[in-house]
Amino acid sequence: MENRSFLVQEFHPLETGMIYETAKDRKAEGYRLVQICASVVPEGYELLYTYDLDHVLLNYKVTMPVDEEIMSITGVYWSAFVFENELQDLFDVKFKHMDLNYGGHFYTTNEPHPWKPEPPETATESENEKPEVKEETEAAPEETKTAQEGDA
Amino acid sequence: MGKRTVIPFGPQHPVLPEPIHLDLVLEDEIVVEAIPSIGFIHRGLEKLVEKKEFTEMVYIIERICGICSFGHGWGYVSSVEGLMGIQVPDRAEYLRTIWHEMGRMQSHLLWLGLLADAFGFESLFMHVWRLRETVLDLFEKTTGGRIIFSVCKVGGVRRDMDKETLQSLVKTLKKMKVELEDLTEVFLEDDSVKNRTVGVGILTKEDAMECCAVGPMAKASGIAHDTRLTGHGKYMELGFQPVIETAGDSYARTVVRIREVYQSIDLIEKAVEMIPDGPIDVPVKGTPPKGEFLMRIEQPRGEAIYYAKGNGTKFLDRMRVRTPTFSNVPALTKMLQGCGFADVPILVLTIDPCISCTER
Repeated sequence: MENRSFLVQEFHPLETGMIYETAKDRKAEGYRLVQICASVVPEGYELLYTYDLDHVLLNYKVTMPVDEEIMSITGVYWSAFVFENELQDLFDVKFKHMDLNYGGHFYTTNEPHPWKPEPPETATESENEKPEVKEETEAAPEETKTAQEGDA
Repeated sequence: MGKRTVIPFGPQHPVLPEPIHLDLVLEDEIVVEAIPSIGFIHRGLEKLVEKKEFTEMVYIIERICGICSFGHGWGYVSSVEGLMGIQVPDRAEYLRTIWHEMGRMQSHLLWLGLLADAFGFESLFMHVWRLRETVLDLFEKTTGGRIIFSVCKVGGVRRDMDKETLQSLVKTLKKMKVELEDLTEVFLEDDSVKNRTVGVGILTKEDAMECCAVGPMAKASGIAHDTRLTGHGKYMELGFQPVIETAGDSYARTVVRIREVYQSIDLIEKAVEMIPDGPIDVPVKGTPPKGEFLMRIEQPRGEAIYYAKGNGTKFLDRMRVRTPTFSNVPALTKMLQGCGFADVPILVLTIDPCISCTER
């Protein structure tokens, strides 16, 4: 049978209180931690925990308010310290009981937490600087991209 | 217990082409702990996805790194194609596979040269990089670029290769294989080289699994993890099987990378035999819908992740790139524990650190 496991896209919702327990369960089953990433959503942050077993991915989505503190999984997967410190430095995601906490010094950034969502009153100003987002029915023709092609 | 001393290593160091910092805690000459710091040149390229259309973002993603730029482009467009449900023509997938393997070859040859330079074998370094130039010339001939190629686009590729070009590609690689065999003998049999790599920086299979190591780091420790087995590209059709070693030391990591260069040549030869005629792209209509797709590509340094999150407009909500070097930082710190201070430069090099990728 043809193996097309990269097409398996499983995303499961997860409560913040279950992050550590879930990590423990996955570790016991032999899963490898692939990554943790954050996106900004209206509710605050959406964290994505990705695990792998035999080349098949399992993803857990955690939605949380900006100021909520969540449990670190470095006690289960020690290597998670790189992802958690990254999220702490760039987004200001707060973790409890990190095994290796750089305290905001893992990344050298010009300003603290550059990707943290802005409070509502300042967000309005910066929204004006963003390009206008239009619902498109068709992508721009590739022929118009000659300037970028020239870069090659 | 001996007296403990903290020695800073990097961010500027002769063995490092790019900045990474390690605080090495030593007891006499032995490293007992290594604390890494990165982020000296973090560029925040992922954030640009909010201001670049999904068709343009590939130009940004390719520029994450000059060594694995083709793989980054392929990973990005595959994640968007997955999100939009685009089926790429077979010929385009074969061409992508060929270019990606050429990328792996030039990356591993670059690393082998740097390794030779690090242990002071200048002429070996020059010979390896001379061979690497052959691959870069092939890139120039087939894509027009030597570092950034811009041949991948959402829906396929921009350039085709005619039959003569494909045949000359194979002919050049066969010639190169003969020259590589001479250099392989030096890397794997020469006593002065083996003295610096055999038994140095052992990462056991258990430690590699604990640290979630990827790429040649994991494969040299006996872990058969390679995302080319997930069925993307044309690897399954080419009968791909990962290269595995079990010793877990610097020598094993060197062997894995050398064997992967030969394997890439074989895969390209097979791909040239099997590539079908047909179109190289499909028209892309509409915009990425609401939803997400997580793509994995086996870069020369290991598994890279491309997570695309669409919102129904021409701008993606999120583009996340998790690079292999970032994932291998924990394994590096584990590997350094217990090694001699003089071996640190070689060990840092044997993870093949790409800080440009890490500081995407």
